[in-house]
Amino acid sequence: MTFTRETDHGTPPALATGRNVTLTIDGEAVTLPEGTSIMRAASLTGTAIPKLCASDNLESFGSCRLCLVEIEGRAGYPASCTTPIAEGMVVRTQTDRLKQLRRGVMELYISDHPLDCLTCAANGDCELQDQAGAVGLRDVRYGYDGATNMGQPKDQSNPYFDFDPSKCIACSRCVRACDEVQGTFALTMEGRGFDTKVSPSQGQDFLSSECVSCGACVQACPTATLIEKKVVETGTPDRAVVTTCAYCGVGCTFRAEMRGQELVRMVPWKEGKANRGHSCVKGRFAWGYAQHQDRILKPMIRSSIDQPWREVSWDEAIAHTAREFRRIQAQYGARAIGGITSSRCTNEETFLVQKMIRQGFGNNNVDTCARVCHSPTGYGLKTTFGTSAGTQDFDSVMQADVMLVIGANPTDAHPVFASRMKKRLRQGARLIVVDPRRIDLIRSPHVEADHHLPLRPGTNVAVLTAMAHVIVTEKLCDEAFIRARCDWDEFQDWADFVSEPARSPEATAPLTGVPAEELRAAARLYATGGNAAIYYGLGVTEHSQGSSTVMAIANLAMATGNIGRPGVGVNPLRGQNNVQGACDMGSFPHEFSGYRHVSDDDARGMFESAWGVKLDSEPGLRIPNMLDAATDGTFKGIFIQGEDILQSDPNTHHVAAGLAAMECVVVQDLFLNETANYAHVFLPGSTFLEKDGTFTNAERRIQRVRKVMAPLNGHADWEIVQLLAQALGLDWKYSHPSEIMDEIAALTPTFAGVHYDRLDEEGSLQWPANEAAPDGTPTMHIDGFVRGKGKFVVTDYVATDEKTGPRFPLLLTTGRILSHYNVGAQTRRTANTAWHPEDRLEIHPVDAENRGIKDGDWVSLRSRAGETTLRALITERVAPGVVYTTFHHPDTQANVITTDYSDWATNCPEYKVTAVQVGLSNGPSDWQEDYAEHARQSRRIIPEAAE
Amino acid sequence: MTDETEGAMSTGDRLVYMANQIARNLAAQGQAEAEAMVADHIRAFWDPGMRARIVEIARERPSALSPIAAAAIGRIAAAA
Repeated sequence: MTFTRETDHGTPPALATGRNVTLTIDGEAVTLPEGTSIMRAASLTGTAIPKLCASDNLESFGSCRLCLVEIEGRAGYPASCTTPIAEGMVVRTQTDRLKQLRRGVMELYISDHPLDCLTCAANGDCELQDQAGAVGLRDVRYGYDGATNMGQPKDQSNPYFDFDPSKCIACSRCVRACDEVQGTFALTMEGRGFDTKVSPSQGQDFLSSECVSCGACVQACPTATLIEKKVVETGTPDRAVVTTCAYCGVGCTFRAEMRGQELVRMVPWKEGKANRGHSCVKGRFAWGYAQHQDRILKPMIRSSIDQPWREVSWDEAIAHTAREFRRIQAQYGARAIGGITSSRCTNEETFLVQKMIRQGFGNNNVDTCARVCHSPTGYGLKTTFGTSAGTQDFDSVMQADVMLVIGANPTDAHPVFASRMKKRLRQGARLIVVDPRRIDLIRSPHVEADHHLPLRPGTNVAVLTAMAHVIVTEKLCDEAFIRARCDWDEFQDWADFVSEPARSPEATAPLTGVPAEELRAAARLYATGGNAAIYYGLGVTEHSQGSSTVMAIANLAMATGNIGRPGVGVNPLRGQNNVQGACDMGSFPHEFSGYRHVSDDDARGMFESAWGVKLDSEPGLRIPNMLDAATDGTFKGIFIQGEDILQSDPNTHHVAAGLAAMECVVVQDLFLNETANYAHVFLPGSTFLEKDGTFTNAERRIQRVRKVMAPLNGHADWEIVQLLAQALGLDWKYSHPSEIMDEIAALTPTFAGVHYDRLDEEGSLQWPANEAAPDGTPTMHIDGFVRGKGKFVVTDYVATDEKTGPRFPLLLTTGRILSHYNVGAQTRRTANTAWHPEDRLEIHPVDAENRGIKDGDWVSLRSRAGETTLRALITERVAPGVVYTTFHHPDTQANVITTDYSDWATNCPEYKVTAVQVGLSNGPSDWQEDYAEHARQSRRIIPEAAE
Repeated sequence: MTDETEGAMSTGDRLVYMANQIARNLAAQGQAEAEAMVADHIRAFWDPGMRARIVEIARERPSALSPIAAAAIGRIAAAA
């Protein structure tokens, strides 16, 4: 793709009324939907009316006065952006009088704008410059001797963009983008008339303001007032490639705007159906890790983990790895090795890793990082609905009347979708939040939750069952839906169960901490407030009853008929960019791609025919089982692609012991991550910018990842796996990831219609995409559940065994923050550290005072599993008795604290409930000091000898 | 784990814990149904080595398992 700007029609599409009107623009008859602006109508028919304050991702504003038109029979010169088309209207956009007026307007703008175009960073990419040309401005009569706004100091506090008020034309596009698109309301127009200027928060600089650095203002700015620092440094781009972000499960699509092989900026793609032209600080700006000096670009091996690394050729590294794996299998048995696929890698790469394990290792010891996040979603939704995925697309939220957000913090973890949620909430949708913490969504500008149920961690099932109790006993069920779509007998069993007095809000309040009346009101709102949609995250899944909670959620949706149409549904907010895809691709040890159990003879037979080998019909080991087997001495080798289990998985001591007990740990990653400190082979990975493939986001949307630069390590990840598979004796000959997707399509019924040419045509496809649904499936279960009848499952509350007591009186829950991503391997290597340089422990003022802790003090955090130290942040965001921290920094290693307890059905760790004690500390724990030294020793590298 | 028993479980103890945990979570389905569901769950999600180990533990330490878990493991052993 060469560099062309996306077309901007000036105003958004009209709300659909189903009615069209016909008018004439510059002599051409035009028929368009009622409510369309004249500006948009003209643009759609090929006439670009000059504009400055208008943009089609913002509501029309009518301030710049450049878009004036003449309308026959109407006095004056109305703004085309704010004037809707009407039947029989006759519009002229180009007349001598309009030219004169527009030049006059532009002359005034330019009279207070620096004429430094040749040295301006936006030269050639400036709408003001373009429009000055478009209106034919040749002279400014007012001179530059009078008062101007030029020469004002720049605000360069933000690490990613500069703010130069001298170049501001006060069009308000940045302010409106912050309000309408992002929903943060961090910017305002301060002052009046000539003194009007953009102000972050209350006269603060950008970095210290409420700005969340989503980049919407920078994208909206028509001049160089707000501009990416990278553009200032590098120059404007000369080509653009559309690709998909590699951070969270929203799956934003971006234009990677390039100058040669250098990435200049990532700009959200307006046509992207997941993000609709919006972005967050990570996807928009935090991609500098891709060329960070810490990246390892040469393969390395070592005989033991206390030795330094030795750089070797790709041939040697691959041959060594294959040899080691085969040696281990010969010595300890075929099931003594396994592997972990990555939710950060593409579908194609994930498919290849699990294929290598099943076909090449000859066992099913494959698992994925979904084990530690959304495996209960797979189990719970497959059991109740018949498919392991969310039911809606993101657009669906714009038709929701009620949102129930449980165990999710969308403004931090899924910020682009959170902006859509906030937009709908500002339009009047109602909000219920179930969360131990006062997350930002509960109260933010123009958004306030109707109900916040601040439950005690670990009591999700009791709260949801109490809501079901209210819905059933107050006869708020949708009986017609249930009779038509669900198993009626199972519903009755469930209804009897939830109706028991012991499950009422009043009976469970002492346990859950949720006031009964508040819970009753929330349940009534969910059941009767119109279209009700449930959004949930890891606060649901990462519990000992994660799978039960997912099924309890599904029960609520079925009982109220909130499934099978836009605006409703059950929507897991997936953590990683491709966690949905990794699960779809057969990364779990018990199932092939498309969620078919390995014991299913038909499914297995299909793979055996395609791959030419006999496959194991027994489930393999999950990640925690692999680690247990390793400490027992029966599991000796592992291939880990793009996951840092030492930092991300629970009970770090146990993970370390498991890894240390193995004879061949292979890590394929961008950096020497924490797991690599226990590895014997390191294979350098490639970034999402360096390869082709697809990611599947939380709405089952399959989107292309496109290579924009050559892999710095020499190979895309899929090529590295192929090299290893070939060294293991497999006859793989893929020349491009599209061929892998063709194989996936051939072997996976829900992907049967997914091919690269279709993805290029459509932009994306939501699975199932096959003969029955050639254009994909935005909403699932419309006419019936995938499993046939929806299944109500009795979900009894079973308390976790992780108990508080005198020694560990507080409950720790963990999560992440907007500016960082999971273990932070990427974001810690960007300027995002400006916002979050370290993990902090959030503690309630009462709990802090009881322990003599002041804000910023170093504190020890101890559980039955381990101890670490970090600094305290005193806040009422957490309830008394609850503390919270993030897990982005290896110096803290929050997972030293978390335990081995896990979900009963899937072994998803119980990250969200750990009994702890907090006290003042003088410095790092013994473990932190020992680990820091081990990591330092482990990262020594002996360079490859020169030939 | 309790306040008094710190440290990681042995693999055998963990398997016992997992089987009992599955049983507790399915107990509300009723004894007979729960037994069948626990057995099915373990067959579907545990690798053969884990299954063999829990069968062995059930034989050696029957009191370690809850009645539902023990009955489920019994079904697995009988079918093996």
